[in-house]
Amino acid sequence: MPKITVNEKKIEFEEGLTVLQVCELAGAEIPRFCYHEKLSIAGNCRMCLVEIEKSPKPIASCAMPATDGMVVKTNTPFVEKARKGMMEFLLANHPLDCPVCDQGGECDLQDQSLYYGFDHSRFTENKRQVKEKYMGPLIKTEMTRCIHCTRCIRFATEVAGIPELGAIGRGEDMEITTYLEKSMDSELSANVIDLCPVGALTSKPYAFEARPWDLKKTESIDVMDAVGSNIRIDTYGWEVKRVLPKINEDINDEWISDKTRYACDGLLKQRLDTPYIRENGKLIQTSWTKALKKIVKKLNNTKPEEIAGIVGDLVDMESMFIFKEFFNKILTSSNLECRTKKTYLNPKNRMNYIFNSSINGIEQCDLMLLVGTNPRSEATILNARIRKTYVENDIEIFSIGNPGDLTYPYKIIGSNTQVLKEIIDEKHEISDKFKQSKKPIVIIGESALKNDYGEYVFESIKNYLIKNNHITNEWNALNILTQNASRVGAVDLGLYKLNKKDNFPILNKLDTNEFKILYLLGADELRFNKKNEFIIYQGSHGDLGAQIADVILPSPTYTEKDGHFINLEGRIQKAFKASYPPGDAKEDWDIINQLSKALGKTLNINSRKELEERLINSSSIHSKIGEIVKSKVDTNETQEFSFVNSKIEIDFVDYYFSNHIARSSMTMNECRSIKNKLLSTGTKG
Amino acid sequence: MLKDSDRIFKNLYNDYSWEIESAIKIGDWKNTKEICSKGKEWIINEIKTSELRGRGGAGFPTGLKLSFIPKEQGTRPHYLVINADESEPGTCKDRDILRFEPQKLVEGSLITSYAIGAHTCYIYIRGEFFREGERLQQAIDEAYEKNFIGKNACGTGWDLNIYLHYGAGAYICGEETALLESLEGKKGLPRLKPPFPALVGLYGCPTIVNNVETIAVIPTILRRGAKWFTSLGRPKNTGTKIFCISGNVNYPCNVEEEMGIPLKQLIEKHAGGVSGGWDNLQAVIPGGSSMPLLPKNICDTIRMDFDYLLDQKSGLGTAAIVVMNKDQDIIKCMARIAKFYKHESCGQCTPCREGAGWMWRMLERMAKGEATLKEVDLLFDVTKQIEGHTICAFGEGSAWPVQGLLRHFRKEIERRNSSDPLTKRIGDKIPYLIDQHLLENENA
Repeated sequence: MPKITVNEKKIEFEEGLTVLQVCELAGAEIPRFCYHEKLSIAGNCRMCLVEIEKSPKPIASCAMPATDGMVVKTNTPFVEKARKGMMEFLLANHPLDCPVCDQGGECDLQDQSLYYGFDHSRFTENKRQVKEKYMGPLIKTEMTRCIHCTRCIRFATEVAGIPELGAIGRGEDMEITTYLEKSMDSELSANVIDLCPVGALTSKPYAFEARPWDLKKTESIDVMDAVGSNIRIDTYGWEVKRVLPKINEDINDEWISDKTRYACDGLLKQRLDTPYIRENGKLIQTSWTKALKKIVKKLNNTKPEEIAGIVGDLVDMESMFIFKEFFNKILTSSNLECRTKKTYLNPKNRMNYIFNSSINGIEQCDLMLLVGTNPRSEATILNARIRKTYVENDIEIFSIGNPGDLTYPYKIIGSNTQVLKEIIDEKHEISDKFKQSKKPIVIIGESALKNDYGEYVFESIKNYLIKNNHITNEWNALNILTQNASRVGAVDLGLYKLNKKDNFPILNKLDTNEFKILYLLGADELRFNKKNEFIIYQGSHGDLGAQIADVILPSPTYTEKDGHFINLEGRIQKAFKASYPPGDAKEDWDIINQLSKALGKTLNINSRKELEERLINSSSIHSKIGEIVKSKVDTNETQEFSFVNSKIEIDFVDYYFSNHIARSSMTMNECRSIKNKLLSTGTKG
Repeated sequence: MLKDSDRIFKNLYNDYSWEIESAIKIGDWKNTKEICSKGKEWIINEIKTSELRGRGGAGFPTGLKLSFIPKEQGTRPHYLVINADESEPGTCKDRDILRFEPQKLVEGSLITSYAIGAHTCYIYIRGEFFREGERLQQAIDEAYEKNFIGKNACGTGWDLNIYLHYGAGAYICGEETALLESLEGKKGLPRLKPPFPALVGLYGCPTIVNNVETIAVIPTILRRGAKWFTSLGRPKNTGTKIFCISGNVNYPCNVEEEMGIPLKQLIEKHAGGVSGGWDNLQAVIPGGSSMPLLPKNICDTIRMDFDYLLDQKSGLGTAAIVVMNKDQDIIKCMARIAKFYKHESCGQCTPCREGAGWMWRMLERMAKGEATLKEVDLLFDVTKQIEGHTICAFGEGSAWPVQGLLRHFRKEIERRNSSDPLTKRIGDKIPYLIDQHLLENENA
């Protein structure tokens, strides 16, 4: 390995690193503004200057490739003078408005000026003033503060894949803008706020809400989609003030989607804080005892087969675990379902319902086929990973069905099951590509698993991949893109019901109104015609589920309780409690425990800790937090299927309104109306 | 004085005609096939021994630059890009080559392209050179007609296509990597180096970027031999050079002269002397606006080549001589140059973006006598903070003229700004202040 000397310390480094990275390895910290690990190198802030032997000028370390035998110095007066000069230039036109700036306390310029700033300003000219720009409802701009590091531009063009952010003008008149001053049309747009090293781009909904040092920070997991992005929740008292990304290279890199970040104001609105009972068609507030009494009375008078439980999209593993125990042991019913739409499910093997290639694994793939999915709105972060792979490896991407703009080019090869049959019968041009490909990826969306053709789509693709040796222990090309944070966990725990003839008996029975009692655990997405069902809704928000309920039991949201979630790749992660639920709301396990007691029975779970232990011990899958437990690939396990000729239509996902928290959020509401306006005026790119 | 027989640009004043027939008459396209048949290595070696240095400003040895191109052509094509984005204030040599000697450039492109293995040559021409571009395009078309370029150019078996591309009027696009960015259709921002264009250039392919004059002199050098070229000038500063003389001279002109000619001789012989006589000379900018100026006492003896001027802490640059006599307000002149650099800074990197405007504003005030003495040191500090800290050489280009001014005319600035600007602005009518006594000299 090549060697380099940094401040008289010799270290070895891997080929291809820059001087800045090697200096970091050697423990020499280098100030920077424009350099960012996940973005291309711009080298324009000139803050990272270092001295390299034999070079008369200081060198920008972020852009200089490290070579063998280099002698680098980062702590000489020469270097310090150069950096101080840069800092003076940066501060020359930067306003001194730190006391009213939202970046205060987490500002790179503030921090670094502590080390490299002069104690007084020698700049006596008038400071530059730049008009603020409109960048949509999420990003507040104060462009006078901009130091032109171009991180935001690079993020928008490289990661988000939108060309709408750029610099106009030159020299000191250069301005960062969205050109036409319209909202950034990207689900990742708000990441530029984190990237901005100064207070030029700050968060609009969070403007003047709090100072970073006043906030309690809790690291947790996001549930807005099935990706399971790692987040940090900042709370002030009860209120969740903001959500920020936490780095996890395997899942979300350093980004989170706008919904993850800004749906948090929905946690404060539309909340259920006390139990309700429907009397004479109206929901009235009541006490826990009365509510439970009513449920007990109803349950005692109903046969177990006529009771069904449906689990919603944001429910944690613990709640589902105790829900299942409650149904199986106390109600002696097996009518449990985690699907709210009729999508095909084959739970015989774990690989049949997870994203087997893993999010990180996307980067290795050389061919991609999207089947009935729009990853941009179904799993934004995963889409960013696909784009990254496209940019780096220039892979070919094909799609069955038309998902619209995905921020990278792809080819639509048809939108019905007929195309799929052609591929499988090796009559399509892609069949050859699949044969030659070493690591292909097929992503099947929920839209492709719908109704009658779901079985054909899934089983035929699986068979085809097995036949071509693309499902092995080394590489598994079969991927299901689930949209709900609770789905994989629910299937793992067995919260579904199916038989040989019918893949979704519970949903079918719902349509024919065969159940007398429906217990909805946070299920708001269910669409059916209510007749005489008695509906118990246990959840956090007054949304669609609560509207049709006869009894409402208030419970906390994902930020208000500890809980495990399994993301779409089958990775179990723990979310932590950052806040507490409002009013009389109780944790889900507690509610069910009390209900069991009211029924005169017990589940033998006395505390949350006990519940968590039982959950983790219930399966080997659940014991390794943060890891994907690879299940053995069983290529013999196949199922018969027959061809169904049908159109594959990709369901529109109302991105900003996809769950009850987002629907309660004012910010999401605003984003949605702006997006709809763009769509209707035809000015969308 | 250069003998007429040693002149490379015989048609610099359009004495003959620029069309291809007359160009052939004065010796262009003679033996081009034979020159190419001697092989790529011979060509590059000959240029190396001729010690030709780039005529675009930096004076980098051309032969060495050409040898940086990968010897074996890989999967990526090689490109030759000719920099005709002549925007340096005071410089107008490339313009006359484009107008009157276009065939020299076209022939040079063929030979250089052949030497570096390029089948495509782009000429990036300044957008304002619209007529010159038309002329050059006609010349290229004529060369195509004669099959001097195109398929099997000149019978050498080498294919070459030349494309003309107009710039959009940014000075920074004369910087080689910014030029490549602009040529690719992007904003003209200089790239980070390394990698250098010879390895990763236009569209990521090996590229050689050279100035018009450099390319245009190559055919003559190869025809007459490197020995002839080195016999002119002195070692490392060989050959002839077009000098552009402008400013306070009687006859501003472009003239081809031997390297190392004394400045005084150059001005007096070719430009009719300084207006008002040699003693009326105040200062000379010897190499285009980005080089530090030199005061009269240095100008008396200075010889014009790269190394002489470097010893005087200036540079030959593009050899654009701007003469300023004593009628000129030297601080105002430099403030105007600083304004030019403030306006043309691309804004990519911090020191140049923020520093250029700062320097200009200080100089403006100094010219009016509204600055303080402290600011003279501050101005020098600012130039030092820009110099050497930028992505491209623009930083030096904007800082050096100001450094030159401070080096040679500091006294003038101090004289003009010695009184307190506050008292001066108010003049005699000083209103009564509580601190009035501080303004009076005996109490100060």
